[in-house]
Amino acid sequence: MGKLKNIFATRWGIIGVGGFIGVCAALLQKLGNPGNMGVCVACFERDIAGAIGLHQAGVVQYMRPEIIGFVLGSLLAAYIFKEFRARAGSAPIARFVLGVFAMIGALVFLGCPWRAMLRLAAGDGNAIFGLLGLIGGIWIGTLFLKGGYNLGSVQKTYTSVGWLFPLTMLGFLILMLIFPQIKGEAKNGILFYSVKGPGAMHAFLPISLAAGLAIGFLAQRSRFCTMGAFRDLILFRQAHLLSGVIALVVSAFIANLLLQQFHPGFVKQPVAHTMQIWNFGGMVLAGLAFALAGGCPGRQLFLAGEGDGDAAVFVMGMIVGAGFAHNFGLASSPNGVGPHGIAAVIIGLLVCLFIGFTMRKRVG
Amino acid sequence: MSIIVDAKGLSCPQPVLMTLNKIKEIKKGEIIVKVDTDTSKENVSRAAQSQGWEVADIQENKEGYQLTIRK
Repeated sequence: MGKLKNIFATRWGIIGVGGFIGVCAALLQKLGNPGNMGVCVACFERDIAGAIGLHQAGVVQYMRPEIIGFVLGSLLAAYIFKEFRARAGSAPIARFVLGVFAMIGALVFLGCPWRAMLRLAAGDGNAIFGLLGLIGGIWIGTLFLKGGYNLGSVQKTYTSVGWLFPLTMLGFLILMLIFPQIKGEAKNGILFYSVKGPGAMHAFLPISLAAGLAIGFLAQRSRFCTMGAFRDLILFRQAHLLSGVIALVVSAFIANLLLQQFHPGFVKQPVAHTMQIWNFGGMVLAGLAFALAGGCPGRQLFLAGEGDGDAAVFVMGMIVGAGFAHNFGLASSPNGVGPHGIAAVIIGLLVCLFIGFTMRKRVG
Repeated sequence: MSIIVDAKGLSCPQPVLMTLNKIKEIKKGEIIVKVDTDTSKENVSRAAQSQGWEVADIQENKEGYQLTIRK
């Protein structure tokens, strides 16, 4: 498999993967996922937090099979290509906290970097401010990286450590099969299901899962990362990962045009608000947190699938962060930012600066 | 004797940053970079090539990979 092994890590490989994700996202929206949210890692993890009752926002509760597929698809690829390496121990609590604030920032904007791209590709002009914020946050992160910031070395560990997060995801899938959604019911057994709102909008479970598995598999091979795309451009003037992200936007744009999902404008965009300062500010926070943690939310899932216990802790931070975001009124809604969203962004930025300034050592 | 950059246990972008810093420092010669993930191996190779360096050899061992880059 030597030759095959590197196909997806080439320039055309990553462009192909980005293009595939863009088309998949547009199709998933057509097949039932929420508007401009064919795939959104932050939103879908927030929905999972709701499904297991970590928050009680009734409109965003659903065990998203795409997320489960991302992790299990990556696990599968890592095993097939002998890249599964159980590792952990690089400042897990810092990664957890970064995950919490990454989610809070993303929910102030209403989307992760993936959704920011998809919103743009569907004509949502508000996404421009979110993307500018994302790039700004990543730029601040690169300043810390240049100054010696890093969370320290990982340790090799028991293979079973690397399995814990994929097994958790498998457990979530099994729960979903034991307690499936009942039409019109807000709960089945221990799982919550939205009966209205974005949480009630989803593609058929096997389709969502299959799309998630395929994306997870390909993204593990190609190392697709929306944060790394801008970080590498700023830090190294390398456009490798960025070419995948551009391919995602272009393919989603074309697919949206064909599927009549392209609606240019700023007002009344699906699951979006027009408070541009906080579209920008929320994503500065998210971008900085992703940069300090070494990967966008999708990449963290793929890393968790290939045995990275620290990435798994970051994802757990994001899921718990969604609980905070909705329980404390930090998340935005189409009406604008939540009652405490602005305070949360400011606190989050201060926490990220604290982490960035204090966790550095000279390397090399 | 070659200069060694030991980036084992570090995740990206650290291995690339360390390699590029060393490349800037010595301008030309030979550097051995030690990494422990496939992603780091690919990223370091790509970064070295973008600076006009040649990836002369990649050896896999128990701990990961040892890349020899040269200019």
